[in-house]
Amino acid sequence: MFENIGEMVVLFWRTLMAVPLAWRQRQKVFDQFFEIGNASLLMVCILSFFIGGVIALQTGPILVERGLASAVGGLVGISTCKELAPVMMSILIAGRIGSAMAAEIGSMRVYQEIDALRTMNINPIHYLVLPRMLAMAIALPLLVIFSILVSWLGGAMVSAANNRIDISFPAFFMNLREVVDLADVGNGLFKSFCFALVIGVVSCHQGLVTRGGPRGIGRSVTKAVVNSIVLIVLFDYILTRLLLK
Amino acid sequence: MNGSLSQNGGVSVEVRGLRRSFGAQEVLKGIDFTVKPGEVFVIMGPSGSGKSVLLRHIIGLEEPQAGEILINGKPIGSPEVMDNYRMAMVFQSGALLNSLTVGENVGLYLAEHGLKSPDEISQIVAEKLEAVGLKGTENKMPSELSGGMKKRVAIARALVIEPQLILYDEPTSELDPLSAVVIGEEIRDLNDRIHVTSLVVSHDRDLAFGVADRIAVINEGRIIAMGTPDEVKGNPDPLIRKFLHADFKRLNES
Repeated sequence: MFENIGEMVVLFWRTLMAVPLAWRQRQKVFDQFFEIGNASLLMVCILSFFIGGVIALQTGPILVERGLASAVGGLVGISTCKELAPVMMSILIAGRIGSAMAAEIGSMRVYQEIDALRTMNINPIHYLVLPRMLAMAIALPLLVIFSILVSWLGGAMVSAANNRIDISFPAFFMNLREVVDLADVGNGLFKSFCFALVIGVVSCHQGLVTRGGPRGIGRSVTKAVVNSIVLIVLFDYILTRLLLK
Repeated sequence: MNGSLSQNGGVSVEVRGLRRSFGAQEVLKGIDFTVKPGEVFVIMGPSGSGKSVLLRHIIGLEEPQAGEILINGKPIGSPEVMDNYRMAMVFQSGALLNSLTVGENVGLYLAEHGLKSPDEISQIVAEKLEAVGLKGTENKMPSELSGGMKKRVAIARALVIEPQLILYDEPTSELDPLSAVVIGEEIRDLNDRIHVTSLVVSHDRDLAFGVADRIAVINEGRIIAMGTPDEVKGNPDPLIRKFLHADFKRLNES
């Protein structure tokens, strides 16, 4: 385990050192960015709408019964933007994109494509890891912004449609605006940026250390997703504690 | 392996006392040989004798545990070698990047190192593909090619580097006899045209005796014979004779 952590730290550092070369890899960054967005947007939309809706449904009736109807919008707003959108979207992306990254790089490793790159003096970190990390670091926060907005919409629609909550759209968003400020959204985006780096490093590392044939690739994919999720939850706690006002 | 594309002509390769183990298994047990500039040197041996591991050391994909490899007298991996000499390897599987087209694979080295404009790269790619008999396949994906075509694309990709040393790992494995002859002719032709040093690892006896200037026979991590094809053919060592003359009839008799 410690060997893996050490290798991931080294991989992250080498990728960081390669960032000045990013402009040369811009087409690959764009391709990866499109892949992440294209593959995830619909899922993000569905997931976020129902996350917002279910929080409103779980908390709304209880708050309304206690005369706290004005708190529903704020509760949905703050919980989705600071916690649920960044974490849930990161887990979704780890499963959807991290697994694909580990599988692609892993299969390149197994079928000697990475060796072929090295014999052409093409650094696999510059060619494979850097574009994926950059695309992930840009795409995940953008998906989280989208997720926050859709989850707010889901919460507002459920609050308006459910008889036991019955809060109008304007009232929901007015309350949300009173509780949530830009710093809260920034907090969620910063977390999602960190989670993007975690997913990128873990998935690319698992791909690069793949051994064996198809079974090895399958093992790497599983490890990439599971390790990413564990680290996302771990980093979530650490970052939440550090960013606590 | 650099991007200057400055020097031409083959390089010499010297392997001295090369040893390599994986866990408790010693795969290379002290390998010594020299390949002269512009020579076609074939390393023959049965499967699992350490041929491919040896090749991976020579191209720098593996670090020797003992011994050294010198390119024109300078240690492999040193900045002098990396900056001054161009080497390419044709992998057993071809190792084409499956997500790229044939044209992108062949032009990858030039594109990634920013050595030529896209138009010039297209022109060079077309020339190299034509040289290996695959004119007009630029837009195909590797998955659409046969095993022999993939190997020829891999040779075209190696040629783009304008190498001074080409390493071939089992270039005729999995190929039908006709495709194997085409690949063999390609190796010989390149050697005659651009005087590149060629190091071929193979257990294909026909290929070895057809293209080699000199042959080394490796068995269980040691070189057991070395010389011209005629010298190796005439070697009295029973192991070499058994390897060179193994056929179905003999196996049935024994």
